Amino acid sequence: MTGTTETAAVKAAASTDAAPAPARAPRPARLWRGATPWLFLLAPLTLLIVFTYAPIANMVAYSFTDWDGVSPELRWTGAGNYAELFTRPELFEVFWVSGYYLAASVVQIVAALYFATVLSFNVRFRNFFKGVLFFPYLINGVAIGFVFLYFFQDGGTLDSVLSLVGVETDRAWLGTPESANTSLAAVSVWRYLGLNFVLFLGAIQSIPGELYEAAELDGANRWDQFRHIIAPGIKPVLSLTVILSVSGSLSVFEIPYIMTGGATGTETFVIQTVKLAFQFNKTGLASAAAVVLLLIVLAVTWVQRRLAPDDKVDLV
Amino acid sequence: MTRRAVTRVLVYLSLIAATAVVLLPLAAVFLTSLKSEREMADGSGALALPGDPFNFGNYVTTFQDGRMLSAFGNTAVILVVAIGGTVLIGSMTAYAIDRFRFRFRAWVLALFLIAALVPGVTTQVATFQIVNSFGLFDSLWAPIALYMGTDIVSIYIFLQFVRSIPTSLDEAARLDGANAFTIYRKIIFPLLKPATATVVIVKGITTYNDFYIPFLYMPSEDLGVISTSLFRFKGPFGAHWETISAGAILVIVPTLVVFLFLQRFIYNGFTRGATK
Repeated sequence: MTGTTETAAVKAAASTDAAPAPARAPRPARLWRGATPWLFLLAPLTLLIVFTYAPIANMVAYSFTDWDGVSPELRWTGAGNYAELFTRPELFEVFWVSGYYLAASVVQIVAALYFATVLSFNVRFRNFFKGVLFFPYLINGVAIGFVFLYFFQDGGTLDSVLSLVGVETDRAWLGTPESANTSLAAVSVWRYLGLNFVLFLGAIQSIPGELYEAAELDGANRWDQFRHIIAPGIKPVLSLTVILSVSGSLSVFEIPYIMTGGATGTETFVIQTVKLAFQFNKTGLASAAAVVLLLIVLAVTWVQRRLAPDDKVDLV
Repeated sequence: MTRRAVTRVLVYLSLIAATAVVLLPLAAVFLTSLKSEREMADGSGALALPGDPFNFGNYVTTFQDGRMLSAFGNTAVILVVAIGGTVLIGSMTAYAIDRFRFRFRAWVLALFLIAALVPGVTTQVATFQIVNSFGLFDSLWAPIALYMGTDIVSIYIFLQFVRSIPTSLDEAARLDGANAFTIYRKIIFPLLKPATATVVIVKGITTYNDFYIPFLYMPSEDLGVISTSLFRFKGPFGAHWETISAGAILVIVPTLVVFLFLQRFIYNGFTRGATK
């Protein structure tokens, strides 16, 4: 008796529930379907939060403390770390080193543009040149560091080449801050030129060929073609490259760390942060430095997005 | 006409100069790697040819004293597990985001998009503490977890690709009674093969080359990967450039082989990865 009324009640409830939307699936199935995307996203989201967002949150929190990274005690110091960062000149000086890399990336972009333009036209051994220019980008950073330590060392590759053409020099290429930073920035051009070049080349080659033919019929020379066809065609990639270069110049680490360890005035912001955190156990101060760098990089990205709204980004 | 010819010559000259700039430093190191200790001492310069072009003694030294064999082993383990994980995670995320309409979908997508803007080097100070608190520090799991968990680029690549797979395939399978997991496993994942290939290659090369993460998280010598093991050459072989050179060449050769065989995939992959 009670059983039947119960089922009847459930049925009634179900029918009233289903009444507004008769096509809906039964409840458990609906729940299951709602949960499905979350089951797929469980692992990715957990990893994303644990290894990207939690560190950012922690880092911001650490940056207001004097924590040393090991002891259970930590004191709230307010904005003290930030004040230290901006007032102790030797801590802020490292930003000037980025200037060398920034200047180098200008050279790099211009050279990459040149080679991409040249190789987009019909050139013999095109694939060979393309491969040679790109390959350094794929090489292990430590190997590059050693290759160029040998290149710049006394009696190394550079001195040997120079003596071949009759220039004798006993200059220590990594000996003074200016010379060392210039050399290291040159290595960074050697390493990263290939990526910029291939990006530009891809953009240029996606420009339909008829445009060139039409331009040629109109009597346009190579320079005209570059200015009026190629340059507008690669604008999105160019602006992307500029922001990659700026944030890259600010977060240089591998090449100077491997080659000089940050000696002779080649210490970069990231090297300094790593040293503060892991050698001097100043987790709080290092976190403040990292927050500053993060904010700068985000600001640069934001400015670029505002200046050149990229219509290729249509992910949503 | 002559002006065109002159430009042509200049163009080729510039290309040859660039080739020389790229190849000379590498060639010098290669030559050095074949030289004996005595040849290094006689001061003949970096570009002198080695006396015996088949002198592979320095390469033997890198394996015997430089622990390069265990380095390649560790790198291989990390590569296989991290890439496998990245492919699974990336394809699942892309499938869930593209094929389902659910609450907070826009939020989830934004979380992934914004994460791509955060340069990994900046957050390591705090990431270190988290990895440490899980007890992963100084184990192969630290880089594996980080490579799997912080790779947004491959999610982008998969996302772009999932979009190009027609939803009618999903619907047909659903009518046949397949559930979401079967659709992912039997239809979407197999069709993602080109994207998977791209992710494997790009991720493989960047993982193989990474120095920062293994350097920070795996200080034990036993856990050296090729980057950190090569970096340790600096101490014991400090003045032995012939050994250091052999180590550097040893690390470069696999990259060169992969590049020569998979050129087209590599160009496409890195272009797509960078423009995300």
